[in-house]
Amino acid sequence: MNNILSLITFLPLIGAVVLLVFLRGEDELAQKNAKLLALFTTGATFILSLFVLIGFDPSNTGFQFVEEAQWLGGLSYKMGVDGISVLFVMLTTFLMPLVIGASWHVTDRVKEYMIAFLVLETLMIGVFCALDLILFYVFFEAGLIPMFLIIGIWGGKDRIYAAFKFFLYTFLGSVLMLVAMVAMYFQAGTTDIPTLLTHEFSSETMNVLGFKVIGGVQTLMFLAFFASFAVKMPMWPVHTWLPDAHVQAPTAGSVVLAAILLKMGGYGFLRFSLPMFPVGSMVMQDFVFTLSVIAIVYTSLVAIMQEDIKKLIAYSSVAHMGFVTMGIFAFNQQGLDGAIFQMLSHGFISGALFLIVGVIYDRMHTREILAYGGLVIRMPAYALIFMLFTMGNVGLPGTSGFVGEFLTLSAVFQVSTWVAFFAAIGVILSACYALWLYRRVVFGDLIKESLKSIQDMTGREKLIFAPLVIATLLLGVYPALILDVIGPTVSALVAHTETAMNAAATTLAMN
Amino acid sequence: MLAQDLSVVAPELILAIYAMAALMWGAFAPRDVSRLILHVTVAVLVLMGAFVGLSAGGTYTAFNDSFVNDGFARFSKVLILFGAAATLAMASDFLSRNKLMKFEFPVLVTLAVIGMMTMVSAADLLVLYLGLELQSLALYVVASFRRDSLRSTEAGLKYFVLGALSSGLLLYGASMTYGFAGTTNFAGISQIIGSEEPMATGLVFGLVFLIAGMAFKISAVPFHMWTPDVYEGAPTPVTAFFSTAPKVAAASMLARLLYDAFGNAVSDWQQVLALISLFSMFLGAFAAIGQTNIKRLMAYSSIGHMGYALMGLAAGTQAGAEALLVYLAIYVTMNVGVFAFILNMRRDGTQISDIASLGLYSKVHPGGAAALAVLMFSLAGVPPLIGFFGKFYVIVAAVDAGLIWLAVAGVIASVIGAYYYLRIVYLMYFGEAAEPLDGKMPLLHWGLLGGSSIAMLLGVINLFGVDTLAANAAASLLQ
Repeated sequence: MNNILSLITFLPLIGAVVLLVFLRGEDELAQKNAKLLALFTTGATFILSLFVLIGFDPSNTGFQFVEEAQWLGGLSYKMGVDGISVLFVMLTTFLMPLVIGASWHVTDRVKEYMIAFLVLETLMIGVFCALDLILFYVFFEAGLIPMFLIIGIWGGKDRIYAAFKFFLYTFLGSVLMLVAMVAMYFQAGTTDIPTLLTHEFSSETMNVLGFKVIGGVQTLMFLAFFASFAVKMPMWPVHTWLPDAHVQAPTAGSVVLAAILLKMGGYGFLRFSLPMFPVGSMVMQDFVFTLSVIAIVYTSLVAIMQEDIKKLIAYSSVAHMGFVTMGIFAFNQQGLDGAIFQMLSHGFISGALFLIVGVIYDRMHTREILAYGGLVIRMPAYALIFMLFTMGNVGLPGTSGFVGEFLTLSAVFQVSTWVAFFAAIGVILSACYALWLYRRVVFGDLIKESLKSIQDMTGREKLIFAPLVIATLLLGVYPALILDVIGPTVSALVAHTETAMNAAATTLAMN
Repeated sequence: MLAQDLSVVAPELILAIYAMAALMWGAFAPRDVSRLILHVTVAVLVLMGAFVGLSAGGTYTAFNDSFVNDGFARFSKVLILFGAAATLAMASDFLSRNKLMKFEFPVLVTLAVIGMMTMVSAADLLVLYLGLELQSLALYVVASFRRDSLRSTEAGLKYFVLGALSSGLLLYGASMTYGFAGTTNFAGISQIIGSEEPMATGLVFGLVFLIAGMAFKISAVPFHMWTPDVYEGAPTPVTAFFSTAPKVAAASMLARLLYDAFGNAVSDWQQVLALISLFSMFLGAFAAIGQTNIKRLMAYSSIGHMGYALMGLAAGTQAGAEALLVYLAIYVTMNVGVFAFILNMRRDGTQISDIASLGLYSKVHPGGAAALAVLMFSLAGVPPLIGFFGKFYVIVAAVDAGLIWLAVAGVIASVIGAYYYLRIVYLMYFGEAAEPLDGKMPLLHWGLLGGSSIAMLLGVINLFGVDTLAANAAASLLQ
């Protein structure tokens, strides 16, 4: 099993090709077969990925399951996972079968729909496994194509605007990263990520167009990568594509977007920005803190006022991602642990919340909060599940949402009490919007005529939520499941960045 | 001595003889053999491409070093020959449908190809001009090939007037260069420039005029004005031809002139090319946004793409020349596919070039729509399609040469440009339904369209080895 990572990465693609070549027709049987094949492929991918998790040695802080081959133009096809990336791979493979399952009612161009999601899965796993800069970039960027089509073809009313905005926003962010990657290649002489992780890029203060740049090359490269990851994350003020994309995307698209695609930004910070440009990160720490705090407080306030359920959850995602960036840039063990934990837990919770919206959207074809009310009377099971994930979103102890928020808050408290103070306000605000949403949708009297015949969740829907419920509760009461896996790698990363920062701090202080 | 010289120019010679023979054949054959001549010409071009591509490596010169056949020339010639053959083969269906099937067309294309092959092999300003004029004169005629169409004749006339002007500029530059260097031979010019520092002002003038003349042929900003009108007005197969082979020829010729004759004065032309490249990329990106005609859109797209190709050239290094060749190869492949599609945009048998007519095309012809979508993403430079790797190579070359600002500008322009490529995808997949186009596509066109889009996808594995070939070709240019 030397190339199990390649196998996991490309298995969904093979499924997509099989669908493309062998499946003919648009009748019901063909649609059913497309769904089954997609479910089978994603399921098989998940089972295979379990072998990676079992075989993974957490105490080893280097890359494991590494495979390498020559690629074009002196680049290499190199894959591998470490303590940080392995769980993101697992998150992806875990969620994809659920996403396919949640798309069972799709009737429009089913075959293309399944192909798009399978291709997207390949690209997402590839992002987390790639150990070559350009390979990473290829996976990272290629994901835009299927997502553009998913939003555009199967999206809502304003899907065209949303699809273009999504594509162009993220594309603009990433191309700057490409230039920085090429510059890194010339500085370090390689595109190999493990080598670059130990390479020290110059951090001498330099002048660019008359501006004094503290941290020099590192700061510039940090900014180029930041442009990409901040958009992907998304951080305030470049988050505006997210609400549009979320609202217009079909349910499954929203889930993938919130649960996995957004994590690429955070993963990028952990994989590139922090270890490769520690001085640049240090220089920009306050800047990132400021943006994070604004994101947490401001987007929470915006979320409160939303009338569209999906938009509300989208803004709450931005706020939660604020905790992630805040945790990452605290540069300590709790911060990074918390950030990764928060990302994984947000993957489950936000994914589940979008599915929850999907359940009632499928029935009522509206996402407006005011169109609902009193659902608990007709849909008790739904109300229960909705409540669990609302609590997770708020960060109630016992759910996984709490662990991430608590860790990042305690980490940042050691660095800056003010940042922690404002972020804590965000926690309160998140309770406001989440609980108010729940109250308006689920509680109250069932007075709307249209809701009087609404049906509770079907067995299929409950089955989809079951793994998410288990994951959220399990990680909430036993977070060591994740922290044990990421711990050693994170502490190595923290040690590495601290050394580099301390070395630079003395020289910077002299300037 | 003569026999040796002739063996170096054998491919051009054979093609020239073929062109004349075909002319006679067409003129004196008792019945209409136009279609046959066209197909024979395609076969001849393909065979010649294979012959040039497989012929022995090494550098050979002829006629007192005024003509050179090296790896660089061969790489470009193969591209030119295959590009011309593909576009000519595509033309057949269109020409017979529009009653334009005349034997002069393949003959003129062959003559233009000979001119292009001479251009890329030229090691002397006179040979260069000879090749350029042979190419241009043939192209002027094919641009107005549909002579009863106002549009087509207008395109031909416009192309001719502006082309003549640019030829004048080029000749003026050549005469200045000759006046100050005392020779028209590239090696000789290079020697003169290398021996005196700084370069004589007259030579700088000559250089600038030469570049201006060639920028016209490449349709780089600010000498691009003719492109959209000619692309729109000329019959579609001619547009397809214009957007492939002549671009390769002109860009390769410019590369040889700059590297071989002015290689000792990189700093003198680097800024000029960098600016031309910058303006081309941005104009190509912005001006295409408002277009409603797909041929005009492709005209602006070609302006933009030439901007990227020139970015490689502006680097002035071997990596730059390699990047240029890789870019051209990918660009030609993409354009062949796209034009195979455009030639089949018909409604009830009438040719359509309105972009809006593509509305929900994916329902009419899912395969064709998917293939075109792949090509559009590739033109936009989105990985993993190989259009991205073309851009990647030029960016690497530019950063290596210290032109980081140009690389940054280039990637930003590519984002702006992505908009109009995406617009076509959007129209086909989720736009407003238009009156459906005819769904049928001849097998050949379907093959070229599908083949080039599959190449875009599979190229990510190893670029079909084109990068290695281009590296060798670039190395031979710098010898």
